[in-house]
Order: sequence, then structure tokens, then C-alpha cells
Amino acid sequence: MTEVQETILPGVGVRHDFTTTEGRNMGVVVHHDGRREIVMYKDDDPDACSSIVSLNPTDTQTLGEILGVSVVAEVVSEVRQELAGFSLDWVELGDAAPGVGGTIGEGEYRSKTGASIIAVIRNARPLPSPGPDFTFFAGDIAIIVGSKDEVQQLRTTLCG
Amino acid sequence: MVPVLAAGSAETALAFIEVGALIFGLGMLARLAGRLGITAVPLYLIAGLVFGEGGIVTLDVSEDFVSLAAEIGVLLLLFALGLEYSDVELREGLRTGIPPGLVDMFSSAGIGLALGLLLGWSPLAATLLAGVTWVSSSGVISKVLADLGRVGNRETKSVLNLLVIEDLAMAIYLPVVAAVIVGGTLTETLGSVAIALVVVTVILLAALRFGRGLSDQLGRGNDETLLLAVFGLVLLVAGIAQSFDVSGAIGAFLVGLALSGRTEERVLVLVSPLRDLFAATFFVFFTFQIDPRDLIGMLGWAVLLAFLTAAAKILTGWYAARRMEVGTRGRYRAGTVLIARGEFSIVIAALGVDLADGPELGALAAAYVLITAVLGPIATRYSDPMVGWFQRRGSKTELASATVS
Repeated sequence: MTEVQETILPGVGVRHDFTTTEGRNMGVVVHHDGRREIVMYKDDDPDACSSIVSLNPTDTQTLGEILGVSVVAEVVSEVRQELAGFSLDWVELGDAAPGVGGTIGEGEYRSKTGASIIAVIRNARPLPSPGPDFTFFAGDIAIIVGSKDEVQQLRTTLCG
Repeated sequence: MVPVLAAGSAETALAFIEVGALIFGLGMLARLAGRLGITAVPLYLIAGLVFGEGGIVTLDVSEDFVSLAAEIGVLLLLFALGLEYSDVELREGLRTGIPPGLVDMFSSAGIGLALGLLLGWSPLAATLLAGVTWVSSSGVISKVLADLGRVGNRETKSVLNLLVIEDLAMAIYLPVVAAVIVGGTLTETLGSVAIALVVVTVILLAALRFGRGLSDQLGRGNDETLLLAVFGLVLLVAGIAQSFDVSGAIGAFLVGLALSGRTEERVLVLVSPLRDLFAATFFVFFTFQIDPRDLIGMLGWAVLLAFLTAAAKILTGWYAARRMEVGTRGRYRAGTVLIARGEFSIVIAALGVDLADGPELGALAAAYVLITAVLGPIATRYSDPMVGWFQRRGSKTELASATVS
């Protein structure tokens, strides 16, 4: 993590600044009234800055969520790729998916592909450890674990 | 006391018209100032000259009201200033700001003191002039920093620290000077100075010790109760301080320091419109009492003083910024932004109205603030191009001399 310098500005607020990986200096001034100002320092005069944008508390939240979520998504996708040799993936069953209408037991998914279905998300509610008599509906999201190949195979078996 | 409503007479009507016209006029001036991109303080001062003693129109029936409103204006100015800083920020300012603060005092205040003595004024009047030239205007400077987009600049920290130091220095200077003005024999004066310092210390300690609890208590109510309680408290503490011959303004300043956290933010929002209203009256009323002819007589000295103290402030800012390892251009930006004087200088000059040299002091201070408050922001806006021009010229001369040799 980059080192962020914090400077108290009496009567104004706090300034946080740091150098980006590309070597540019940027800062955020947090005003007492909750406004945040994003500034970039100039190359020819590193003490002077130009204000990029001024954000009120709502804007800050919006921007923070955009930046925050994309970071989380990146991290999750990395985790999903390589979980110590395992792959973790989620598969959405479309209307025409071969798995829809059948139970997990009927499908014999684990014995055929080697990958396990560890949970199903239905109507945004997680249903962990579905049993062999669990029936898939269209729109279900199955969360599956296995080796990379096994996961790929199960994905094709379930969704076609 | 005369029952005002029952009086409901021609006099009341006249007072309404006078006050109404005055404040409406100030509103127009504030708007003009916004258009011009300058602070409204110089325009208020000019308005006071035009309408006051020796000017075109004089106030008649409403003078008592306006003078009380002006006094409240000082209290609210200082109260809002105290609100700006939290105890963390004060400590931070003190930690790093003392050496530049001393340079500031010796250069800027020193020049004022020297000129006052040179003009043959009493040492006390000269000391007041020292105060006038000492303190940069926090109001003007914070506006300029925001307008020029310099809040994030690295030199800004040194500028703000210096303002904190100046304001704290005022917390000692004002009550001491106020006590000396009351005067009497040497023993009496020393006694009242001692009382002043004790009162300030007691209020300051109480502010730091009970500030948080007070803020919590006051913060429980809605906006209406908060506004009334705080406004009353400010007047109350100021009145008590004043009755010990300690400047009431400092009492208000310390109440501002005592409030903290969420309550502080709410109070600042609630009090700002009141402060703007009463402070405008204060500036106008100050120059009400000044004869424009006196001011014109003092103009030459004011220009000289402005020039010398501008140089002193550039030196101070240059040094303060250099201590924070800011480059050349940033150092000059810090120096030039400090040139503007404003509300505090007028507050100090107003203390001396009853002195023998009072009228001259008032006229000089008004002219001085007019010049610095208008030219200071302009000087700092063009600081970068000026420094750039000098640097280029410098390198050209070097180049030329190198070619010659």
C-alpha cells in the first residue's frame, strides 16, 4: 500500500497526499464541512496544485462506491481463479439449460464431472449445501468447486 | 426605558428607514464586491466614510442602535474565528508555527510601532498601530486561498499555521492593550494587566477543560435553542470579560474555541448570517467616526506603511514556507497572500478611538486596510508570473554574463 501523508490545515480540514504508481502526486483535501477536493500537483511546481473536482458528501459516497466495488470485484475474480489449485465459480442456469427441472441426484453431477455444487442462489437468497433431491429452476445460480477442468465440465453439463 | 412599540412614532419610523437604507446599501456593496471578486470589507469602510461624520449623510436617531450592533459585530467576528479552530489544530499550529510567528511579530508589528513613534504618537497609540500592521486578515486570506484553488497547495499549511499563531497572539495582545488603555497610575495599570491575563487564562482553561461537555449539552437542542443559547453565551462571557476591563472580543473568541465537534459545525452555520450582518455594521460604523479629510491626509503614510509591511509579510511567508521545504514560487505565494489586512486591524484600531492620537490612528488604519485588503489579493494572484519573470530574467542575465566572459 502506498504511503499517504496526512497534513492538518487549521480552519480548513485535512489534506491527504500520495504519489501514484505512475509517479504523479495527487491529494485529497477533506474540508470541515464534509466537502472533498481532489487535486493534482503540477510537474513544474510540485507545491502548487490544480483542483480536479470538488465533491459534496453524497458525491464522495458515489465515487467511493464506484472505486471500492471495482477493487472488490477484481480481488474476487482473482480469488475465484486460483484457490490453491481449486476453482470456484458460479454458473447461472438459463431457461434452456439442461440442468433445469432435474434434481442434483438425477444429474449425478459429482460422479460424472468431479466438481461439487456447494450452494445455490435462488431469488438472491443463498441455499447452502443442496441435497441430492434439490431441483433446479431456471434463474438459479449454482456455486461450484473443483479443479479447473472439473468446474469447466460441470458448467457445460449444467448449462449446455 | 422607553417602550419601543408604544412609542410607535415618527422616530421609530425614521430609525427603520435609516437602518434599512444603510443595510440595504451594504447589501448592494457586498454584491458589487462579489462581482469584482474582492472582499466586501474595503467597500464597507468607504461606505462609512461617505455616510459618517464629515461625509454626505449622517445618521440621526439610529446611531445608538448601530453602535451597539457594531459592538456585537466585533464579538461575532471573533467568536466565529474561535470556532474555526479545533484544539488539535491549535496545538498543531503552535508546534510548528512559533519561529515564523516571531519573525512576523518583529517585522510586521515592528514597522507599525516604528512608524507610530515616528509620527510622534504616544507609545500606546504606536502599540495599537503595531497591532494593526501585525495581523493578516484570516477572512480575506481564506477566501483568496479558496478562490485561487490553493487550499491543497503545500505552502498553504504554513500560511494557516501562521494565522493560528497570530490569532493566539491576539488573545494576549488585545486584553493587555485594552487594560493599558483604561490606564491610571503605573500600579493600577499593572494591576489591570495582571487581572486581564488571569481572566483570559481562566476562560481559556475552562474552555479547554469543559468545552466538550458544554458542546454536548448545547448540542442536544434544536437549531433555535442552540442559536439562542450560544448567542446569549457569547454576549454573557464578553460582558463579564469587559467588566474586568478585558476585551470582550477575546471572551467571545475563547467561547468559540471551547465549542467543538458536531455542535461547532452547526453553530458556525447558524451564526454565520448573524456575523455577516453585524460585522458589516461594525466596519461601516468604524469609518463613520472618521473624517474623510483626515483619511486623505494620512494616505501617504498609509501607502508607505502598506509597502513596507507587504515586504515584511513576504519575508515572513517566504521563511515559513521554506521551513516546510516549499520551493521558490510557493514561498512567494505564501508571502504575498499574507499581505491582506482586514477585520482584526480594524478591531484593534477601534480600541484607540478615545486616545489623543485616536482620530489619526483610525484614519491611518482605515486607509491602510483599504489598500492592503484590495491590493494584497491582487499581488498574490500575480505572484507566480512575477516570480517566473524574475527567474527568467535572472537566468538570462546569467547567460549573458556567461557568454561575455
